[in-house]
Amino acid sequence: MSMPFYVPPEQLVKDRAEFARKGIARGRSLVAMTYNGGVLIVAENTSRTLHKISEIYDRIAFASVGKYNEFELLRVAGIRHADLKGYMYSRQDVLGKSLANAFAQTLGNIFTHEVKPYEIELMLCELGNENQEHRFFRILYDGTLYDEINFCAIGGQAEELTESLENGWTESMSLSAALALGVSAFGGEASDDRWEVAVLEAESDRRAFRRLDPAEATDLMS
Amino acid sequence: MDDFLLRGGIGTASGSFSDLLTAHGALNWAELASHSPGEISSANATTVISVRYSGGVLMVGDRQATEGYSVAHRNMDKVFPTDEFSAVAISGTAGLAIEMVRLFQTELEHYEKLEGSRLSLEGKANYLARLVRQQLPMAFQGLVVVPLFCGFDRLEERGRLFTFDVVGGRYEEEDFGATGSGSREAKSYLRAHYQDDLEESSALDVTIRSLVAAAEQDVATGGPDLRRGIFPAVVTITAEGVVERTADEIRPYAEAAIEASR
Repeated sequence: MSMPFYVPPEQLVKDRAEFARKGIARGRSLVAMTYNGGVLIVAENTSRTLHKISEIYDRIAFASVGKYNEFELLRVAGIRHADLKGYMYSRQDVLGKSLANAFAQTLGNIFTHEVKPYEIELMLCELGNENQEHRFFRILYDGTLYDEINFCAIGGQAEELTESLENGWTESMSLSAALALGVSAFGGEASDDRWEVAVLEAESDRRAFRRLDPAEATDLMS
Repeated sequence: MDDFLLRGGIGTASGSFSDLLTAHGALNWAELASHSPGEISSANATTVISVRYSGGVLMVGDRQATEGYSVAHRNMDKVFPTDEFSAVAISGTAGLAIEMVRLFQTELEHYEKLEGSRLSLEGKANYLARLVRQQLPMAFQGLVVVPLFCGFDRLEERGRLFTFDVVGGRYEEEDFGATGSGSREAKSYLRAHYQDDLEESSALDVTIRSLVAAAEQDVATGGPDLRRGIFPAVVTITAEGVVERTADEIRPYAEAAIEASR
């Protein structure tokens, strides 16, 4: 009779975390920050059709790095969660916090129960209102949840990116200044043609999410 | 996040929001329909009209809902933008119709977010027909909902409008369409006065006049109420998108139409 090897939980978690971190580090990172008109999200992405940034609800955007098929599954689940809630109760009742918790729970479960953890990191951006600032929720592969204000970065280079945002970010930046900061944090140029850019516009009536096409983004930075 | 939120979309091959609601046990038409009819009295929405014109398509609805012989609501809204390029108007059992519109609006947005692109106008009309058909068991009990759907087709670059019947039949109209208790009067007025390729203002004028004509003959239809300042609800849809017209914009047309009917 063969006995399964005993693996101490510390070792198990460490191995899984290392596996997930390696996977995430292979991909490209992503930054988001507030500007005077709302929230800006910039990702390094050469594909025009497979998006890393998308709309979840009226004032909430979803951004992610890592394996596309894994975060796409969570994006769809997030939209379902939000639409279901908004339809059954009211549109005001769909909040970033509850979505972030749901994502964190899901990733946490997958990290411990599935054969392999998801190699992804998520960010939820939520527009604030009179009483509350714009917010960022950052969710790691193991379900760890952080909430941040002003700016946020996810992915393998998150630390370096956060550092350059710390140095460059100021309150009430214009959209073009914020975009230039985002791109320079990656050490890139406006003309690189590898940026996926989207905004949550605080002034909009209902659906605040808008993609900036490459031409518009280049114009803004020149 | 429930398991079905995570896996549902793959097993069912459909990204449909109403399928999601059904899976979640939140859509219970069948249950409602199994009750015996009895004597229910609920608010009824009356006349809505849609007309094509050179730049697109417009939709007008009166503001009255009736319950039996009495007025249930005087300033109800029956015309709803459903997304940036389409709108739906309702007639029949108001409570069910409004819920249908809400489901339709959510479905369109849900699809757009999941797929990253909007449904085609044709696709939206077909989906609405399916919603109407799902109401059929209720219709047998006298709770009828008949919508009117129009929008700007960005592929064909023109306004289009669709009428429906109780069983979910979907019919595209080339010139105008109407539904609700005053629709017969409105359509006979439009048959006599409609012309192809009208300008927006003339199209608005003839549509409001047809609504006034309907209100003259049909007691359930509420014409413009100058005394209370209640005017028909109007949306216009062009290549630029849906615009909900304000009461101030509609007032001159309503006054002219009433003046002409004196």
